[in-house]
Amino acid sequence: MDDTGDIQVRMKRGLQGNEQEDGGGTSSGSQETLKRSRKQRREKDLEEEEEEEEEGARWECLPQEILLHIFQYLPLLDRAHASQVCRGWNQAFHMPELWRCFEFELNQPASSYLKATHPDLIKQIIKRHSNHLQYVSFKVDSSRESAEAACDILSQLVNCSLKTLGLISTARPSFMELPKSHFISALTVVFVNSKSLSSLKIDDTPVDDPSLKVLVANNSDTLKLLKMSSCPHVSPAGILCVADQCHGLRELALNYHLLSDELLIALSSEKHVHLEHLRIDVISDNPGQQFHTIKKSSWDAMVRHSPKFNLVMYFFLYEDEFGPFFRDEIPVTHLYFGRSVSKDVLGRVGLTCPRLVELVVCANGLRPLDEELIRIAQRCTQLSAIGLGECEVSCSAFVEFVKMCGDRLTQLSIMEEVLVPDHRYGLDEIHWEVSKHLGRVWFPDMMPTW
Amino acid sequence: KTILSSPRVNMVVNTVHWFRKGLRLHDNPSLRESIRGADSLRCIYILDPWFAGSSNVGINRWRFLLQCLEDLDASLRKLNSRLFVIRGQPTDVFPRLFKEWQINRLSYEYDSEPFGKERDAAIQKLACEAGVEVTVLNSHTLYDLSRIIELNDGHPPLTYKRFQGLINRMDAVELPAETVTLEVLRKCDTPVSDDHDDKFGVPSLEELGFDTDGLATAVWPGGETEALMRLERHLERKAWVANFERPRMNANSLLASPTGLSPYLRFGCLSCRLFYFKLTDLYKKVKKDNNPPLSLYGQLLWREFFYATATNNPCFDKMEGNPMCVQIPWDRNPEALAKWAEGRTGFPWIDAIMTQLRQEGWIHHLARHAVACFLTRGDLWLSWEEGMKTFEELLIDADWSVNAGSWMWLSCSSFFQQFFHCYCPVGFGRRTDPNGDFIRRYLPVLKGFPAQYIYEPWNAPEELQKSVKCIIGVHYPKPMVNHAEASRVNIERMKQIYQQLSCYRGLGRNMTRILITSYSHFDARLRVYRVNSGHPGIHYENNPIHNDDLTLDVKANMLQSRNINTILHLSTPKLNKHYSCVMGKEQVAASQ
Repeated sequence: MDDTGDIQVRMKRGLQGNEQEDGGGTSSGSQETLKRSRKQRREKDLEEEEEEEEEGARWECLPQEILLHIFQYLPLLDRAHASQVCRGWNQAFHMPELWRCFEFELNQPASSYLKATHPDLIKQIIKRHSNHLQYVSFKVDSSRESAEAACDILSQLVNCSLKTLGLISTARPSFMELPKSHFISALTVVFVNSKSLSSLKIDDTPVDDPSLKVLVANNSDTLKLLKMSSCPHVSPAGILCVADQCHGLRELALNYHLLSDELLIALSSEKHVHLEHLRIDVISDNPGQQFHTIKKSSWDAMVRHSPKFNLVMYFFLYEDEFGPFFRDEIPVTHLYFGRSVSKDVLGRVGLTCPRLVELVVCANGLRPLDEELIRIAQRCTQLSAIGLGECEVSCSAFVEFVKMCGDRLTQLSIMEEVLVPDHRYGLDEIHWEVSKHLGRVWFPDMMPTW
Repeated sequence: KTILSSPRVNMVVNTVHWFRKGLRLHDNPSLRESIRGADSLRCIYILDPWFAGSSNVGINRWRFLLQCLEDLDASLRKLNSRLFVIRGQPTDVFPRLFKEWQINRLSYEYDSEPFGKERDAAIQKLACEAGVEVTVLNSHTLYDLSRIIELNDGHPPLTYKRFQGLINRMDAVELPAETVTLEVLRKCDTPVSDDHDDKFGVPSLEELGFDTDGLATAVWPGGETEALMRLERHLERKAWVANFERPRMNANSLLASPTGLSPYLRFGCLSCRLFYFKLTDLYKKVKKDNNPPLSLYGQLLWREFFYATATNNPCFDKMEGNPMCVQIPWDRNPEALAKWAEGRTGFPWIDAIMTQLRQEGWIHHLARHAVACFLTRGDLWLSWEEGMKTFEELLIDADWSVNAGSWMWLSCSSFFQQFFHCYCPVGFGRRTDPNGDFIRRYLPVLKGFPAQYIYEPWNAPEELQKSVKCIIGVHYPKPMVNHAEASRVNIERMKQIYQQLSCYRGLGRNMTRILITSYSHFDARLRVYRVNSGHPGIHYENNPIHNDDLTLDVKANMLQSRNINTILHLSTPKLNKHYSCVMGKEQVAASQ
């Protein structure tokens, strides 16, 4: 039996335990279709009755590109079944085009409810298709074993040329539990061998400065996207080296401690293409942490260089840590406050964020946000989306805010329980009033009362 | 719903009413129907003591049930009858009873839940074989749920707004049935044997295998009598406040209230219809307004909503195989789960709530939101199914449909609500009860901490910890997660999942989409991304467009459940598995 048959049998065997009806159903389904189309052909080609005997051969004659086209629409398991029909289909199964993109799902039964990519399939891919792979992602559950398995696969991808690579932790970040050297050596295999990486998502991993240097040395011409939020082993100098060398970089995600004036200047150099997205996560590890500031002139340079770039900022800070933020104008477009934020800070947001497009405030203190919202409506003329969680707002102020923004508010989300009825509007009126100003039907968000 | 399997004339009619939920004599239409023209009546409750001990249901829930049965027995005594508690399984019990008591009529309340429907179908078959006529009427929900689904083109409503829209089109709620009284039973014999207590008495907790040493008195005493008293008090308070809006949350609302009704509605000690009409009457009287808003019935309608969505879905309480549940790669972590369930997370707000739940069997709905969010999408990233099972054990009012539905809701696994907002395990409690008295009540070990630190005692200076004799990490655990970090990671995961859902629809599929999660915090799932055609690799055009064919604007209530089903069906495990292949196709297409 050749490889394909092998894959199929193994996959079948692997699936038998928990997914019998799924696998079985699909296969009988496609066989059914096959029979039906044979029959249709038969009716059509009645005059060619003699050739009937060789109907199998007809299928073999199906041009490869048509087969390929059909196979593209089949799930992997169905393709594996189909590959057993004949030699031609078997060859089609292995066409490189069908293996450019693969998502490895690495889960352990003890730590995940989801199924994993079968180990035999992984072996086969590495053996026969690793040189075809271009767009690869690894979805890894919270166990260290899964992260190790991902590194194992990575370190075997020596003869492939990846364009995109994503290391995605689906639960707790498990790459962080690996010995750094182990992770780095696997990752640099890809950096060194794939000379045309354009997208790299390595959030929550122990990637470090030297490995970024390897990345830059091999992929500086092609790198366009780099996501590395919460990578504690990278220093501001490490990311600066990337920005200095990779002039095609258009999208970057990192934590605030890596953000520096030098980085912004590097990204706005003449050689550099326009930046499209910059995402910054501002997280405090312990209360009272001090944060550095970024000069207004650096942001100004960035805006001059890439006038349309999105600056996305996530804040997960204690209320008293906001001191250095929103003192000067900042070109932020998307703002997310994941923890309670004071009225004072939100007031400053209205004054310092003229490019603001989207604002989410998960919680604020005990006093209603009225004046702050109205100021934001006045000053942030681009604002089109707002979400308020546990933020009390008086109904009047909320209506006023909506009236000022009007139908440019494409997203408006607030929990019903934080709207404080006042002398002008109760909870029943507010739905009509807001709908009127938005020009569409609107309701506050509700949570079930149990 | 009346099913007449074999109408009889000129025959002695011996009837049995089978209590399950609906543990009451008021508004019990199937019982009333059963009595009509009957010569004898026996009321039974079937319970398997062996099963009871080994089941996942905790002592507070069992005690509540037994108290309901005691109360029912006491009420039946006043009607010269008794409650027959029969030990065994329904399928074994009924053939025996039919024969022994020469039964030819059986009645029970309609049960809308899939498990109940299956059980009842089996009993109906047995009854039919024995020539017993079966009467089943709806009284556990306000409406006939199948009618709601019919109005929605045969699909369960998947958003509450849509459900409200359907409710507006339904016929008025039926009036409660008259209470069963001596007068009603005038012509009906109610046989009771001398050894009734030995054979059919309500069992004790000990008989069910529970250890009752040191068991505190029930905060929620079970039974119809208590339920009706509470209903009066509930309405009195509403009348006195004369405000029919949802009461604003404060420290007091966290405690069990003598006007709370949810456990009574759950076991049917209180009829939802009685509650409905009493509320309506009161509103009309106080407000001098004949058109009460739907919001008046909030709690009753939420319950109805979850019953309606669950009734045809046997997998409603699971993620796998549940077509309305988004497949989320929850972590499996028994240790972390135990910390949550036992109130050892190190977050006083969460631990106090879980302690109250374990001790008393009830927590406020916002407290439920807090602990559910913490367990699932907020902090621990553990499966809502685990949380649901814990509530199933501890929460007196936990009901299969409402419990599972609420957990799916709160974990953002279904029903399409915004997921940007996570309850903070420190801030949420502090806003509700700034002083922290709730914490001190349920976690006495922390009672020395001042309000400033009581929600985050790990931040209290060491000297303070020493002076209040509670060292964090010794006498009370350190927080099990860094909330800021956990919520950052989790909100990202949530976005990723919903973004993939929109990929499943066959729009905007692209490998790089996995890498480029959207920058908006809103409804990633409801957006369709325009993808550059032409070259493979990265597509930068990241503008969300609203596709008219698939506009899923939940907020505007334009939702067609059919569209939603399309997405949700696509999110079944089968497609999850094949997801990479779908992506592969796109890639090939792009590269050609």
